Amino acid sequence: MGELQTTVTMTVNGERVTRTIESRVLLVHFLREELGLTGTHVGCDTSQCGACTVLLDGEAVKSCTVLAVQAMGKAVTTIEGLETDRLHPIQEGFWAKHGLQCGFCTPGAMMATTYLLSQNPNPTEEQIRVGLDGIVCRCTGYETIVRAVQHAAQLMNSSTQTERSTEVG
Amino acid sequence: MLTAPFEYRRAERVEDVIEWLSDETRETKILAGGHSLLPLMKLRLATPAILVDVSALRELQGVQEDGEVLRVGAFTRYVELARHSLINQKASLLSQAANVVGDLQVRNRGTIGGSLCHADPAADLPAAVLALEAQLVILGPNGTRRESAEAFFMAPFVTTLGRQEILAAIEIPLSTQNARSTYLKRPHPASGYPVIGVACLIDAIHNQTIGTARLAITGIASTAFRASAAEAQLVGGRLDAETIAKAASTAAINAPLDDDEHTEYKQQLVQVYVSRALQQVAAQED
Amino acid sequence: MPQVMGQALKRHEDIRLIRGRGQYTDDMKLPGMVYAKMVRSPYAHAKIAAVHVAQAINLPGVLAVFTGNDLKDELGLIPTAWIPPNSDLKMTPHPALAYDTVRYVGDAVAVVIAENPYIAQDAADLVQVDYEPLRAVTNPRDAVGPGMPLVHQEIDRNIAFHWSVGPNLDDVFNQADVVVKQEFRQQRLIPNAMEPRAAVAQYNQATDELTLWVTTQNPHIHRLLMSGILGIPEHKLRVVAIDVGGGFGSKIACYPDEVVVSWAARRLRRPVKWTETRQENFMVTSHGRDHVQEVELAGTKDGHIQAVRVKAFSNLGAYLSTAGPGVPTILFGLIVNGAYHIPQASADVYGVVTHTTPVDAYRGAGRPEATYLIERMVDRFAATIGMDPVAVRELNLIEAKAFPYTNPFGLQYDSGNYQETLKIALDMVDYANLRQEQVQLRKDGKYIGIGFSTYVEMCGLGPSEVAGAVGFQGGLWESATVRVHPTGKVTVFTGASPHGQGEETTFAQIVAEELGMPVDDIEIVHGDTARISMGWGTYGSRTTAVGGGAIHLATQKIIQKAKKIAAHKLEVSESDVVFHDGVFEVQGLPELRQLTFQAVALDAYLAWSLPEGIEPALEGTAFYDPKNFTYPFGAHVAVVSVDTATGDVRLMRYIAVDDIGNIINPMIVEGQIHGGLVQGIGQALYEGAEFDDQGQLLTGSLLDYAVPKARFFPRFETAHTVTPSPHNPLGVKGVGETGAIASTPAIVNAVMDALSPFGIEDLPMPLTPEKVWQAVQQAKGGRA
Repeated sequence: MGELQTTVTMTVNGERVTRTIESRVLLVHFLREELGLTGTHVGCDTSQCGACTVLLDGEAVKSCTVLAVQAMGKAVTTIEGLETDRLHPIQEGFWAKHGLQCGFCTPGAMMATTYLLSQNPNPTEEQIRVGLDGIVCRCTGYETIVRAVQHAAQLMNSSTQTERSTEVG
Repeated sequence: MLTAPFEYRRAERVEDVIEWLSDETRETKILAGGHSLLPLMKLRLATPAILVDVSALRELQGVQEDGEVLRVGAFTRYVELARHSLINQKASLLSQAANVVGDLQVRNRGTIGGSLCHADPAADLPAAVLALEAQLVILGPNGTRRESAEAFFMAPFVTTLGRQEILAAIEIPLSTQNARSTYLKRPHPASGYPVIGVACLIDAIHNQTIGTARLAITGIASTAFRASAAEAQLVGGRLDAETIAKAASTAAINAPLDDDEHTEYKQQLVQVYVSRALQQVAAQED
Repeated sequence: MPQVMGQALKRHEDIRLIRGRGQYTDDMKLPGMVYAKMVRSPYAHAKIAAVHVAQAINLPGVLAVFTGNDLKDELGLIPTAWIPPNSDLKMTPHPALAYDTVRYVGDAVAVVIAENPYIAQDAADLVQVDYEPLRAVTNPRDAVGPGMPLVHQEIDRNIAFHWSVGPNLDDVFNQADVVVKQEFRQQRLIPNAMEPRAAVAQYNQATDELTLWVTTQNPHIHRLLMSGILGIPEHKLRVVAIDVGGGFGSKIACYPDEVVVSWAARRLRRPVKWTETRQENFMVTSHGRDHVQEVELAGTKDGHIQAVRVKAFSNLGAYLSTAGPGVPTILFGLIVNGAYHIPQASADVYGVVTHTTPVDAYRGAGRPEATYLIERMVDRFAATIGMDPVAVRELNLIEAKAFPYTNPFGLQYDSGNYQETLKIALDMVDYANLRQEQVQLRKDGKYIGIGFSTYVEMCGLGPSEVAGAVGFQGGLWESATVRVHPTGKVTVFTGASPHGQGEETTFAQIVAEELGMPVDDIEIVHGDTARISMGWGTYGSRTTAVGGGAIHLATQKIIQKAKKIAAHKLEVSESDVVFHDGVFEVQGLPELRQLTFQAVALDAYLAWSLPEGIEPALEGTAFYDPKNFTYPFGAHVAVVSVDTATGDVRLMRYIAVDDIGNIINPMIVEGQIHGGLVQGIGQALYEGAEFDDQGQLLTGSLLDYAVPKARFFPRFETAHTVTPSPHNPLGVKGVGETGAIASTPAIVNAVMDALSPFGIEDLPMPLTPEKVWQAVQQAKGGRA
């Protein structure tokens, strides 16, 4: 059954990893089972809920609908890779604005937000609601998630400005 | 939900893919973005023995003008369709349709080739390629052939693509690059698939005679279809309220809908969405 | 020391959850762990002729395949834990794995255990089961008819119980000026907590102890029930639920899956994990609602409601689930008069089994079904007599001076000013102007509607004496242990089991306020039967009212003891010591002698010099049984527009004015209200499970069943009044379910208001565009 196995190499949260796995292993299971990164969750089987959202080369994807072998040579960022020495503004936003309750969809929602804000740093409320169409949350009613994203955007924009002014000054 | 075991092959040359597809003993499937195939495999409704990853094939990549057509590689993802400046300029209808497929995560993975070959009757892109009168460039053991989008879709999940063939690109005539267009979609509240999607392309500027009118409708019948009778009514007329109303009801009457308890409502949706799509186009700035 | 009660503090639990460090059951990985996959019936009703497992067992990596026959003599049956009194309830024998008959699609017949989940699924596909399919029944009113297939041979006409409350009201109805009759279908809902269920069981041979990590809202109830089913005494069984990804009632029940993995872990001497797929979650995790209700309301021409009565056929699915029978009886029938002074009421409920997924509590559990019928009937009554629905409400709402108010069934509503919430809601929506606007828009062929729901619900479950009287097979008190450590830091052990509601924060706020210390010095421990003596879990909006009450009492015990120690140390009598803001002082002489709470805690542990009769250490435990239920209430208003060309309903505004008693953390409260609203609005407009005649679930995935998304909603407008509940020491009422209870009828009332020019009186939920359009078409046709 050797042919059913593949050796994959990818960069996960900045670290290069190589594993020999069954070709059919989904990226989400690779992250959770092989690497122990259990922050990424599986909420459905049909690519609807978005709980498994991670960044693949900076783009939000549903890791339950990507084979680990398809991530070969690419860079994966999971919720565990979002913060540096302190919380990421998106984490701050979700915390400050009560953007989560049970927390299960939250890592996926935050990774989707990361991508959303990378494409549009100042989204309107409508753009946030439409942009999060790939996220199902059963707890919050979404409004606090919208506020969380807005808050994160503010934090990110103001920190960019601070950096700029520091550079200039 | 886990797929059955399979052998994974990463194709480097298109010739290899065609050769692998000729293996009659083991079912071989092409893997592009995986957003049509992997969900089926997870439900074990598809259990190919070999998956061929075509993401590295140069023949399937790229967007460029090529003589009279805009050539869009089959591996072009929805997100690229939505944003690529050439597609925005020369085939804006395709960008508009791609921009409302699924959600942003799906758009980052799904490809135009994967979507068209899967031929889901509830997909968005078939309407756009029908209305754009695109040609599909298909590679096979006997070389390259071209087929119109109209001929390509045969039945739900069935196309004319042969077992050893692979879709390489979509060619969109540049003749309609200055036409106005819109894709108007009614997403299903659960799946996000179009309950109805109307792709509309009209080549008349405001209040002038319509030369070319294209209406393609997806989601509501067993395959995407052109509303030819309604198009014929539009040509030669002007995009005014009366013409729009007439075309919309013609589209509704002639829509090839299954006969069941929902037919009346579906007809109504065709009428309303064709009408609203045409109104949108009419309202566009010159 | 700033006040912490009432503050919108950021949540303590979020620190791990926003960093991907939560500990959900499926995150568990134990050395030597193996994986279970269930083999499930594709038929709703069939005889099992044979189960062929050889092929599956022979697959490399498979440890074992067990069938119903392997388990049936090893395990007890899964019981229901709610037996409504005087209902002649018949048990539905529920084996963990079916061995002779399957009774719904998804009923498990075998389990495969393998080295990894991929092999487990491969092997499960190789198990061949010979079924002899039988006729199925899915609709509860059909199921009681003659000649229908029986779900359980021992249950005649599929009626598992018949429960009634209230007198015969024939005379009242016969003599009434106005009688309004309406049938409602409370459609079946699928809870869809985002975390699928999971279970991990590990058997320790040294201690003969079994540990079960499981997605549960009530670990101690799970332990109690599992102990009986598995035959493992409770002191050898530990149930743990650290982070649970939402429940909404669907994680109350004791399910076959966790029974099977527990048994298999002991049998195989290997830890066993089972994780549900979303597809399985749709099929086998308990559903909610599902009533057919025949409702009648009697009233006077000038708008006084005299009586309401309901006959309901409640669909309980194939087996009576843990709390299943209590939902359509006690939690429904006793409150059908709603927030109104209605002198007479009765409810007559048939609990019916069908070949469908078992039904249990779903957010609101019984109260949404009651609230919907009364709120819809008030509107139907108003329309019948030509009065404004607001005027009928104002006339019939229980008056503020009437509290405590005893409803027709003897429930004692605690406190409130119902009119006040309605008044605020009317102001917020600008009712008079909106009605004028509505009239104007109709002239242009545009239809907007305004819908009200002036609700009350019963929650904070509840006094144990009442629990016993209504047939709940458990207590409904709650436990708390507040342990002060020598350094003055505090660990609180609660028997409640929050799973998203934020009580790690709310509870810490209670303790911080009372002990005058920072919230960060307080840790809340929940969800582990080995660390917490006993508890009844989180459901029925009871956690803060009952669990919080227990914490308050336990904290007070600590303060009392600490005060004695402080008095001894300060060399004054106890009555001269006052405690505030974390400091003990001599009354009237604060500057003279002070002792911090931390200093007293250390003294308590050092025990070098304690007063006579005082034991060392500083810890308080309380078992709090509330005096009564609590009764949150409020007024909700929905404003919708209906596109008659497509049938689309657009929610334009939603106003929620709630009174949930005292508020400990307003941010968390708002989140609870929002979440409830979206679920209630989901029921009105989007959600609904459908089975075909053969019992196949037609809405079996998130592609078919519409769980609402962000873009469906406008911004919600919320406001509060505060009427403390006298039924518990914190004066809180409960907020977990109000949104789901109140919003559904508000939306439907609004849509019916919009459609009133067409003479449309009622439509069954969910109000899908096609349904609305068809109704408008029919109405137009009828008038033409």
